[in-house]
Amino acid sequence: MIFIVFLVIMAVILIAAAVYSVVQKDLLYAVLGTGVVSLVLSVFFYLLQAPDVAITEAAIGIALTTIIFIITIRNTTRDEDKYSEDLINRFKPEEDA
Amino acid sequence: MLKKIFVLFLLTVTGVALWQSFRHAPFGENRVGDVENPETVSAFYLKHSPETLHTANSVTAIVVNFRGFDTLGEVTVLFLAATGLASILYRRKEDEEEEGGHLPVRVKLKSSTLVRTGAKILFPLILLLGIYVFVHGHLTPGGGFQGGAIIATGFLLMFITYKRFNVNHKIMVWLESLSGLAFVLIGLYGLVAYGSFLQNIPWTGRLNDLISGGLIPLIYIFIGIKVATELTNVLDTLMNTKPRKK
Repeated sequence: MIFIVFLVIMAVILIAAAVYSVVQKDLLYAVLGTGVVSLVLSVFFYLLQAPDVAITEAAIGIALTTIIFIITIRNTTRDEDKYSEDLINRFKPEEDA
Repeated sequence: MLKKIFVLFLLTVTGVALWQSFRHAPFGENRVGDVENPETVSAFYLKHSPETLHTANSVTAIVVNFRGFDTLGEVTVLFLAATGLASILYRRKEDEEEEGGHLPVRVKLKSSTLVRTGAKILFPLILLLGIYVFVHGHLTPGGGFQGGAIIATGFLLMFITYKRFNVNHKIMVWLESLSGLAFVLIGLYGLVAYGSFLQNIPWTGRLNDLISGGLIPLIYIFIGIKVATELTNVLDTLMNTKPRKK
């Protein structure tokens, strides 16, 4: 019984974190949301008797992907709206003087 | 508004298509069949990985032996990804000197003593765990890819903790190339000696021994070294990239 409650709570956290990382405008928090998704997912892989996939998910999903995204955010822009604005401005055709 | 309706429409179509294709799938049923007299390919693998190959971990037996050529392709994909990233982010020495100094602007603040000491203690343990995972790939869950990823997280810990932690690029590149080459050479040895690429040697030892499974542990050790060095190189390249000046 307690195990099923645990599973349901984990599933709710998984879906909530996934939705959060899609909706969130601050990209740093969105990336942390995907990290939480990977964390819960690796627990699920372990419970579904796939320990080797769980190891991969823990190492790559939680640590490597998150850090790579954070480095990318540091080198670009943290705000989603500002980033798309920058992109639009960069490709806007220049007006003739 | 029109965009939202279109998105809803697409979602509905995808949902209906998925429901249609998974409606009759027998979830939870035993579809492997009789393992002793295999009729399906999964039953064949389950029967022959302990009996013929003497490999306790049948996932490893499938990945490295039965489907070894696919694994070579996977390793190649990772290699190409690392090479592509390095070529995009490549910066010449002169460019860096023009911008003043070659010290990476990785971290501005010094890490606290607690973090630095903890990282120093944890780093060799993480390396040891990674090596254990890929050396025991044919006995316990995990293998080359998992062990390599674990080792890369150890290097990641050092990269984000210490400002001046640097890996020797030349050694890394050589290790990566040589382990990839060794994988292909093992495959070619099978082709020359037994007539098919990546054919395992007939001697496979005893079940649950550390040295068993023929060439499987050897190949997984090479894959582990390759993945670890590749991911570390990717991290090193990314960590040393400066933000482009506006």
